[in-house]
Amino acid sequence: MTKIYTHPRSLRPVTTHYCPGCGHGIAHRLIAEAIDELKVRERIIAIAPVGCAVIAYDYWDFDCCEAAHGRALAVATAIKRVRPQAIVFTYQGDGDLAAIGTNETIHAANRGEKVSVFFINNAVYGMTGGQLAPTTLLGQKTVTTPQGREIKSHGYPLRISEMLALLPAVYSIERVSLHEPAQILKAKQAIRQALVNQIEDRGFSLVEILSPCPTYWAMKPQEAMNWIRDVVVKEFPLGKIK
Amino acid sequence: MRKRILLTGNEAIARAAIDAGCGCYAGYPITPQNELIAYMAQHLPQSGGVFIQAESELAAINMVFGAAAAGARAMTSTSSPGMSLKQEGISYIAGAELPAVIVNIMRGGPGLGNIWPAQSDYFQATRGGGHGDYHSLVLAPASVQEAYDLTRLAFDLADQYRNQVIILGDGMLGQMMEPLAVNSRWSIVNGQRKELSTIDHRPSTKNWALTGCVGRKPRVVKSFFMHEGELEKHNLGLQKKYARICGKQQMLEDVYGDKAKVFVVAYGIMARIAKAAIGNLRSRGQKVGLLRPISLWPFPGDIIRRIAAGNPGVAFGVVEMSYGQMVQDVQLALGGKSPVTFLGRSGGGIPSQAEIERFIGKLLNGEWLNYD
Repeated sequence: MTKIYTHPRSLRPVTTHYCPGCGHGIAHRLIAEAIDELKVRERIIAIAPVGCAVIAYDYWDFDCCEAAHGRALAVATAIKRVRPQAIVFTYQGDGDLAAIGTNETIHAANRGEKVSVFFINNAVYGMTGGQLAPTTLLGQKTVTTPQGREIKSHGYPLRISEMLALLPAVYSIERVSLHEPAQILKAKQAIRQALVNQIEDRGFSLVEILSPCPTYWAMKPQEAMNWIRDVVVKEFPLGKIK
Repeated sequence: MRKRILLTGNEAIARAAIDAGCGCYAGYPITPQNELIAYMAQHLPQSGGVFIQAESELAAINMVFGAAAAGARAMTSTSSPGMSLKQEGISYIAGAELPAVIVNIMRGGPGLGNIWPAQSDYFQATRGGGHGDYHSLVLAPASVQEAYDLTRLAFDLADQYRNQVIILGDGMLGQMMEPLAVNSRWSIVNGQRKELSTIDHRPSTKNWALTGCVGRKPRVVKSFFMHEGELEKHNLGLQKKYARICGKQQMLEDVYGDKAKVFVVAYGIMARIAKAAIGNLRSRGQKVGLLRPISLWPFPGDIIRRIAAGNPGVAFGVVEMSYGQMVQDVQLALGGKSPVTFLGRSGGGIPSQAEIERFIGKLLNGEWLNYD
């Protein structure tokens, strides 16, 4: 009998702390599967964020580094330059990558650092209890936008992937989603390609992953998936951006 | 005779870092340390190191975090306002116990202040500076040669203790040129030859560095300890390390090494100016000594206490380019057993030789005020 589906080597067989219906577990697994398939587990140095995925290093089974909130791409820049043979990726949420770390994100992209970025966009700050994120949708209620996000006070959802795509040193940017199996398979392909780009020394690659946060969207898991399908993708269209 | 070259203090620090095997430098321009980043840009890549001009001080210190985590000897440099920005990263480096060298060529503050030399970041450097219970080793050079020697030593101490080491200079030291003997295999600290590079700092010797998990269990570099009791245990480990450092790394130059009625305590460039004033007074037969702390953390309080005990009735005069920071450490060391008086200027003012002579004259006449 042949085993056709099993636990990835790069993912520890442990229970995660994520809420029911959260997308982080899926994203962690997709990254682990891609790394196993490309046989680069022993070359990986991952940078974990500050946010819900802060202890991603307890779940992945390869070398990991912590970074201060927003600074993952500064840390990644130096690791990759000091160890060009390593496969270096950051895993960052929307607050980390597109608010407190916007500067590090833009400049690492603009320098064309040869790293891979997995950007989890769930339109809310999860770890701190559901506050406004740079990617929160107009009208979306959070604990710091109790009346919903309004343009006058909070501006528009930040499409940082589209902004980064303008930079000549950026090699590849793609937006994917975890809201249904077909999309999850596409997400896996994009993650894999971002790693391949690095293995082939091609340049800065970013995959934005739309991910559900049922807890702070105040939805049931299935409702959260549907909300991505029906609402979020209108603000953040899926597909290859660059 | 070793070959001598003429360099500024900033360049001497950069040269020392390269000679120490610095594998990564990240910095952001700020006056008065710009010669340092320029020297690194020109010379570090030729020596096989990585040079990065960062987009901010925050990015620069976090690049140092990354390079150190990957096992490279890493350094950044800045001046006072930039040092404030680096504090978050320094706290993370302390928490993750990464070896790193951080240079602060101090200028006037607070705020944007000015670009004149100052010593007003003493508290920030010696008390931690960022959040959490931690310490940085702090070394204060007083000449271009010592800027070189102490930077070489800083890289060794950083590796030895897995701790960040701050080189605390000022704009005058950074900008001035003096002859320098390079490629030395030792540092002269307090007149003693201290052998360098006895530490094998290759990444393969660091059993915590991130190198990719070939043939071993994965490693994690972090400062986050969420499980019950975990952080307290980690912090107690840090405290033990700090106690070890305090026991072993206090450095002070007793410049004249004889008995005195008054000791001036000054560090860095301030000690050079004080030395000129004291030399004048000594030539007139006055019993004045000069104590120059070289390590500011650990502060050489044990040495100062011993000197006070050996000189009954002695008074101490502390001179700083600040409004009174190191003077508190002198007071703590002496525990009220000897009078301590203070002379200081900051914000562009530097106590002159004449001012210091007048100050010492008053001390010799017993006209001192307890500083508090």
